[in-house]
Amino acid sequence: MTSMGWLLPLVQILIVLNAVLIAVTYMVLLERKVIAWAQSRLGPMRVGPHGVLQPIADAIKLLLKEDITPARADKWLFTIAPIMSLVPALIAFAVIPFGGHARIFGRDVPLFIADVNVGLLYIVSITSIGVYGIILAGYASNSKYPLLASLRASAQLISYEVAITMMLVSVIVTAGTLSMVAIVEAQLHNHVWFVFVQPVALVVLFIGGLAETNRTPFDLAEAEQELTGGFHTEYSGMRFAMFFLAEYANMIVVSAVVTTLFFGGWLPPFPNVGWLAFLGWIPGWMWFLVKCFVFLYVFVWIRATLPRYRYDQLMRVGWKVLIPVALANLFVTAILKVWL
Amino acid sequence: MSLFDTDELVINMGPQHPSTHGVLRVVLRLDGERVVGADVVIGYLHRGIEKLSEHRDWQQIVMLTDRMDYVSAATSNLGYCETVEKLMQIEVPRRARYIRTILSELQRIASHNLWLGTHAMDIGAMTVFLYNFRERELILDLFEEFCGARLTYSSMRIGGLPLDIPSGWARKVSAFCDLFETKIPEYEDLLTHNRIWKERTRNIGVISGADAIAIGLTGPPLRGSGVPRDVRKDEPYAAYDEFDFDVPIGSAGDIYDRYLVRLEEFRQSLRIIRQAIAGLPEGPVVGKVPRLIKPPAGETYHAIESPKGELGFFIVSDGRSNVPYRFRVRPPSFCNLQALPRLIKGHLVADVVAMIGSIDIVLGEVDR
Repeated sequence: MTSMGWLLPLVQILIVLNAVLIAVTYMVLLERKVIAWAQSRLGPMRVGPHGVLQPIADAIKLLLKEDITPARADKWLFTIAPIMSLVPALIAFAVIPFGGHARIFGRDVPLFIADVNVGLLYIVSITSIGVYGIILAGYASNSKYPLLASLRASAQLISYEVAITMMLVSVIVTAGTLSMVAIVEAQLHNHVWFVFVQPVALVVLFIGGLAETNRTPFDLAEAEQELTGGFHTEYSGMRFAMFFLAEYANMIVVSAVVTTLFFGGWLPPFPNVGWLAFLGWIPGWMWFLVKCFVFLYVFVWIRATLPRYRYDQLMRVGWKVLIPVALANLFVTAILKVWL
Repeated sequence: MSLFDTDELVINMGPQHPSTHGVLRVVLRLDGERVVGADVVIGYLHRGIEKLSEHRDWQQIVMLTDRMDYVSAATSNLGYCETVEKLMQIEVPRRARYIRTILSELQRIASHNLWLGTHAMDIGAMTVFLYNFRERELILDLFEEFCGARLTYSSMRIGGLPLDIPSGWARKVSAFCDLFETKIPEYEDLLTHNRIWKERTRNIGVISGADAIAIGLTGPPLRGSGVPRDVRKDEPYAAYDEFDFDVPIGSAGDIYDRYLVRLEEFRQSLRIIRQAIAGLPEGPVVGKVPRLIKPPAGETYHAIESPKGELGFFIVSDGRSNVPYRFRVRPPSFCNLQALPRLIKGHLVADVVAMIGSIDIVLGEVDR
C-alpha cells in the first residue's frame, strides 16, 4: 500500500475542493434565504422545495451566459483577474484542519490535506494574492467605475491586512506555533479556547476579515449604489461567477481560520471538563462545520443590518482604531508570554 | 514639469445608475474620490406635461398631474384641483376636504417610505428598504380600495372627490395608523443610533437656513436647516387649519437632520390622519361644479405642501376656451435639485448618492 501513498492526498484534495465549491454555492443560497427572512420576504422559492436547487440553476445560468470582454479592455489581464481571485481562495483550504485523525477502513486518515509547519503564514500569503485579482480586474476593464473600485480595494485590503496579520501574530505568540493543527492542539493542552485568552484579537480579526472579504459594512469595492457594481462591473457570465465564488470562498476561509484559532477547531466545547465528555461522541469535523456555520451566519446577519462605511471612514477605522488596538494587544501578549 | 501627471477624472453618474432615482445624470469631476465639481443634467424624462396640459380639458389634466410626482400622485392631484377651485371660487364640501387631507397624509407617509427605503439603500442598509416597502404596500392597498389604482390615482376632481370613501375604509385607515406607529421604531432601530449611519450622514451636505432660502429649497430639506416653513401651517389648504400638528425642524442642516425631520413627519402625519378620521363630517363629497368647467379669465397661483416640498401651480385662463391658456408647475423636486451641485462640492463619491437621496427628488417631477 505504500506505493499508493500519493492517492490519499489526491482523494483528500478532490473531496475538499468539491465540498468547498458546493459549500460556496449553498452559501449564496443561505445568504439569500437569511437576508430574505430578515427582511420579511421568502427568498428563492421556485427551484426545488424552498429553492434548494437555486444554486444549481444559478450555476447553469452563469455558465451558459455570453462571456463578454469589453473591446478596449486589456484582454490578457481581464481573463486572468477572476482566476487570480478564485484560486488563492480555494487553495487556502489546503492547510485548514477540518478535524483531527479518523480511522477509515482501518487506516489512520488525517482530516486535513497538509499540516504545514507555517500553515498560518501560508494562509496569510495566499489570501494576499487574491487582492491582485480585484486590482487587476479594475485596471483591465478600462472603465472608470471599476478603476475607482480597484483603487479603493487596494488601499482597503493593504490597511486591513496589517491589523489582521498583527492579530495572527498575537495568536501565534500565545500558541507558540504556526501550524494550524498544532494551534488546535495547543488549545486542547492549555485547557482553554483561545477566544478566552485573546478576545481582542478575535474582534479585530473578524472586523478585518469583513474588510478582507469585501463584505458589508466594508463592501466599498463593489458598492452597487455608488460604483454600479465596482470592480466586476464589466464582467459577465462565468468570469463574474468566479469573483462571486471567490468572495464566498474567502468568507468560508475567514470563518474556518477564526474557528481554528479561537474556537478550538474540531474540538468539542470544553473537552477537558469531565461531565461534558459526552460531547466527544459527535465527530470533530461536525463541530468544526457547526462553528464555521455560526460565523458564516454572522457575516450574513451583518450584511442584513448595517449600512456601508465611506472610503475615508474605512481607512480611519483601519489605521486609527484597529492597528493601534492590534499593536497594543500584541505588545501585552508578548510581555505576558515572556514574564509569565 | 511634475513627475506624475494629475488629471481630473470626469465620470458620468447616470442617467443609468442605480442610485440616481430615475434618469438623473450628474457629471462629476473627481480628484481621486473627492468631487471637484458637478453638473446636473436633467431632461431625460421630459414629457411636456405643462404644454400637454394646455391642450387638455380641465378635468383631464388631473390625470396628467398623476404622472409628475408618480410616487405621490394624490398630492399633485390635490394641488391642481385646489388651484382650479381657487380660480373658479368653488366651495369644496367639508367632508371632501377632510378626505383629501387623509389622502394627502397617507400619500406623504407612502412617499417618505419610498424615500427612506431608497435613501438607506443608497447608503448600504438594504433591510430598511424592504421594511419601508412592506408598509407602503398597505397604503397602496388603501388607495386601491378607495379609487382602484395603486400608483396613478387620479383620486381627486375639481370641486371635490370622484366618489365617497367605501364603507369600512376609515376603520382600515385607523388600523393602519396603529400598525404603522409600531413600525417606525423598527426603522429607527436600524438607523437613528447606528454609528455608521451617523458617520455617513452627520455634517454631510450641510446647508444653512439662509442659503436654503436663497436657493429656493422647500419641504424637509428647508426644515432640516431650521426654517419652520410648511405650507400646511403657513397657508392652510384642504382642512389643515382644523387639525393640531407640529412642524418638525432640524438644526444642523445636514443629511442626518433631514432624515430626522422626515421621520418626525411620519408621526405628525399619523396625528393628522387620526384627527381627521375622528372628526370626519357627513355630507356630500362634491361641491357645486358646473357641468362644463370654464374658469373665468384670470390667473392664479396656489401651493400645497407635497412630501417633497412646496408644490405650486400657476394657471392662466383666458375665460373663453375650455383648456388652460398657460399651465405652469413649481415642482419642489426641481427647485430642491438646484442645491445638489453646491452640496456635493468637496465631498466624496459615496456622499453624492447620499445627498441625491437626502433631497428626495422624483425625476418625473423634475422634468415633467
